Amino acid sequence: MQVPRWVLIPTTVGAAFIVLPLVAMAARVDWGSFFSLISSDSSRTALWLSLRTSAVSTVLCVLLGVPMALVLARTRFRGQTLVRSFVLLPLVLPPVVGGIALLYTFGRKGLLGETVDVLGLQIAFSTTAVVIAQTFVALPFMVVSLEGALRTAGERYEVVAATLGARPTTVLRRVTLPLVLPGLAAGAVLSFARALGEFGATITFAGSLEGVTRTLPLEIYLQREVDPDAAVALSLVLVVVAVLVIGLVRGTRSSAL
Amino acid sequence: MSLHLEATIADRDVDVNFDVANGETVAILGPNGAGKSSVLAAIAGILRPETGRATLGDDVLFGDGIWKPAHLRGTALLSQDALLFPHLDVTENVAFGPRSAGRSRAESRSAATHWLSEVDASELADLKPSQLSGGQAQRIGVARALAAEPKLLLLDEPMAALDITVVPAMRQMIKRVLMDRTAIIVTHDALDAALLADRVIVMDRGRIVEQGATKDVLARPRSAFGARIAGLNLMSGVAEDGGVRTPDGSHVEGLCAEPIGDAETAVAVFSPSAVSVYLEPPSGSPRNVFEATVTELEPIGAQVRVRTAEVSADITVAAVADLKLMPGTRVYLSVKASEVSIYA
Repeated sequence: MQVPRWVLIPTTVGAAFIVLPLVAMAARVDWGSFFSLISSDSSRTALWLSLRTSAVSTVLCVLLGVPMALVLARTRFRGQTLVRSFVLLPLVLPPVVGGIALLYTFGRKGLLGETVDVLGLQIAFSTTAVVIAQTFVALPFMVVSLEGALRTAGERYEVVAATLGARPTTVLRRVTLPLVLPGLAAGAVLSFARALGEFGATITFAGSLEGVTRTLPLEIYLQREVDPDAAVALSLVLVVVAVLVIGLVRGTRSSAL
Repeated sequence: MSLHLEATIADRDVDVNFDVANGETVAILGPNGAGKSSVLAAIAGILRPETGRATLGDDVLFGDGIWKPAHLRGTALLSQDALLFPHLDVTENVAFGPRSAGRSRAESRSAATHWLSEVDASELADLKPSQLSGGQAQRIGVARALAAEPKLLLLDEPMAALDITVVPAMRQMIKRVLMDRTAIIVTHDALDAALLADRVIVMDRGRIVEQGATKDVLARPRSAFGARIAGLNLMSGVAEDGGVRTPDGSHVEGLCAEPIGDAETAVAVFSPSAVSVYLEPPSGSPRNVFEATVTELEPIGAQVRVRTAEVSADITVAAVADLKLMPGTRVYLSVKASEVSIYA
């Protein structure tokens, strides 16, 4: 298609709109003390907590998301469209609302609160709550990415594998998953990124206790009041992580079969 | 292992009922959309017929309230696209069946090596599917299906997507592996049926319109599709100097797909449209010439099929009038060696 020339104007404006804030932030970084700013005790604690919880959330997204994507892509049942819409809900829901919903589910007075209490667990305002909040918002990325990969891969190889005598579990392990591995990897990377950036649901459901629930985004938000230079430096760290994530996803996509 | 099948598949408008005896190879012929592939899919457990019943040996595949899933049926299916698993190498692909059956890694690999040599593809063992040509991939597909030790082998137009230059050798290989094996091959090529099958089933619009021993159906087709594809001239005898010596002493020259040793049984195949009819012995370029007596003249579309005891020719109505042909006329039938295929 021949693109009309005038579309270059809004395109340029749009691109500038995305890039300028990053440039503006990078320009505000106090490079001289950059490393001391991002390696303060509270920063390192927050970064370490973020990486740990995001990693656990990503594993949970894989464990829950792979079966969900399989059921959505490979079976047909009544109400499937409805189920798919609900799975996607956390994607469009304001994270704060998600946090409140989680609070009334796992909180002390929540729906499952008493059950959880009996088990001797206190979920709200703990590191577990951080992981739950992150998994809640990141899971749709895993499901959507993998369901797309499964539909693209099609069922032809799975059918052949079955006629060769492979049980459904063998087909899943030896044919389906290896074929959608790039989609699975992309989903995992996107889930990790979403978990790492999670703020609203976390602060609502898990609070902001240093070393327990104060992840990097929460730390940045607090530092902005007391030490704007540290906030900017830490923000830049997250930008770098985001860029790496995009690179990883593009890498896995382009090596897709 | 004998197969009995009766099935209706509503959304493809298929309604069939047939048997395959133990050790028999049956060819299902028919135009596109006749429902041939749906029948194979129903046997393999990929498609669920509305009604019907199928048994393979003593096993009920479906019917009587039973639905045996594909992986428990022992019916390996090979389609026109080999569909080799792209993430596994050739040996791993062929070893897939044995591995799935619970055999050890070493046993499965040695089974794969055996079946690769059966399809003359041992040298491809370490390649990835993306490195194979279409013909090579289909050979591996055959080996992979056989390695699963199916009770019934289902071949769905296995040569339809191949380059015509590799088809003769592929057909020869399939002929070899189908020996004494219970199999169904779907094809639209009469030559496949003639060379590979003991029995032919002709399907049209979801129904079986004709079935019988291959040579009967091809010699005297009763269905419209049968007539269109059949009528191939088949002259069998023993191999001699790269040609075929028939029992009545004629020597037929042709092109061999694979070298054939002298005195082996061989068959020469050619289409009636490649045959010319003369009243005097023709001279000129080297040709196969057979002297014969016209037994029948049969209009087929715009042409006339001239039948003699052994060889048929398709010529125009004008040519029939010109030569004043009628049953009893002595004629010389001629066909170029390049139009004749010779198979072991």
